[in-house]
Amino acid sequence: MHGLINRSLECFLRDTYGNTVWQDVVSRANLPFDRFEAMLDYDDRLTYAVLMAASDSLSKPRETLLEDLGTYLVSNPNNESLRRLLRFGGDTYIEFLHSLDDLNGRAKLALPELELPRMTLHGGRDGNDFRLVCKGPPRGFGRVMRGVLRAMADDYGALVLLKDIDGETGCEEIAITLVQSRFSDGRDFRLAGPVGV
Amino acid sequence: MGQICIARADLAQVLPMHLLLASDGTIRQCGATVTKMFPGRDLTGQMFFDCFTVRRPCDVGAVGDILAHQGAKLHLVVRNDRKTSLKAVAVSVDGGNGVLLNMSFGISVVDAIRDYDLNISDFSGTDLAVEMLYLIEAKSAAMAESRKLNTRLQGAKVAAEEQAFTDTLTGLKNRRAMDHVLTHFVEANEKFGLMQVDLDYFKRVNDTLGHAAGDRVLQQVAKVLLDETRKEDLVARIGGDEFVLVFHRMTDIGKLNEIAARIIQRLEEPIDYDGKPCLISASIGTAVSDGYQGITADKILMNADLALYASKNKGRACYTVFSEELSSKSIKVDHGEGFVSG
Repeated sequence: MHGLINRSLECFLRDTYGNTVWQDVVSRANLPFDRFEAMLDYDDRLTYAVLMAASDSLSKPRETLLEDLGTYLVSNPNNESLRRLLRFGGDTYIEFLHSLDDLNGRAKLALPELELPRMTLHGGRDGNDFRLVCKGPPRGFGRVMRGVLRAMADDYGALVLLKDIDGETGCEEIAITLVQSRFSDGRDFRLAGPVGV
Repeated sequence: MGQICIARADLAQVLPMHLLLASDGTIRQCGATVTKMFPGRDLTGQMFFDCFTVRRPCDVGAVGDILAHQGAKLHLVVRNDRKTSLKAVAVSVDGGNGVLLNMSFGISVVDAIRDYDLNISDFSGTDLAVEMLYLIEAKSAAMAESRKLNTRLQGAKVAAEEQAFTDTLTGLKNRRAMDHVLTHFVEANEKFGLMQVDLDYFKRVNDTLGHAAGDRVLQQVAKVLLDETRKEDLVARIGGDEFVLVFHRMTDIGKLNEIAARIIQRLEEPIDYDGKPCLISASIGTAVSDGYQGITADKILMNADLALYASKNKGRACYTVFSEELSSKSIKVDHGEGFVSG
């Protein structure tokens, strides 16, 4: 698994629950180190070991943790660069949803080794109901996307309802209902990044 | 040639960076993104050459000149305080009564979005500008992570070198390793013999044949020392041409002297460097862990050093075993010890 995913999971646990919890996860998961490097690759088993250890340590289901991870990735100020990259998808939440078809390709442009599921957006003909299908590894990424979709809706100021639906094997599907696209002001976004980028 | 008709509003939709000029150079219409480069100024009715400079080709000063380069790439500079550079292509419209000029930021897009506070909607849906901005940010973020990793790895390398037990030139143990082993032997009350080996005439090799020859000699010395010791003994290089041998559970002076004699004999064999013989020898001082009350690693090293000093005083290429007499007389030559010719 790409170090970026492992490092994100680590930072999410550290920033949200504190270093003590993280050290507990490290020892439960028998990690031979206590920090992942974003630019190195790791055995997939380590990632799932960390996830299970965190689930045990915090007494939270893995699905909940993954969704919270997705929300964290968009909303925590430490990850401003990722939020910005997602906002490049479009000026409105609907444009953002459509840009998810390209997310895999965009990610590969930046980091060719990063493996994300292929994502396809269906529906939207009546303008409000969409279905996002995530196909392929890493397992559980659909849950992370749920958190991302929710946090991005806040970012754009849109009001959405999300629901899991049973997809075919190897797929994770999320039903998205856009209730209101301008529900709140959302967060500021300018193409021109912070100086120094 | 067939003609098409397009509404001006639709033109603006497809080409947000276009200009429509009359044949005298008056701007008749411009795209919304062009307007953003001239805040508070209505371009319609103004002269094109008052708002833009054509930098290349350099012979363009009127609309007719632009049409002479129809279809070719033009380099423009915006006549405002930002002096943004643009790329453009022009074609004739309205049967030669006007010019359509479509522009793009090219590489200056990064500065332009900041200077004019541009949004995604300021670019045509087919423009790759947003993808380019995306790539710049994504690659910068990835590069920043890589640089952090490099810095940490560099730090780890330095730390690892500091903690290393091996001398990189000879592959022998280093001083740290020797300290470690000696401390362990003393604490565990292990018996051992210790030799300080100092090369003679090594400086001469370095001075006359160069450092590469010196390195070659040190590697050969390492080989001899390893050959003449057992697996359980420690062979360490603790300085430029200083070595320490620790013989585990061996305190028999007779045997240690035999080994010392053999080492000196073998080190005196010429060492070949690039067809030239390098000639060195060695002086040795020996001390053993027997017969001490409250022995420390430092004490036994110092005693071996005193014995080594005695060997040097005897005229080099000798070995000496430490005795209390050496300690009291400190540097007096002891003729009772073995000599080796050379």
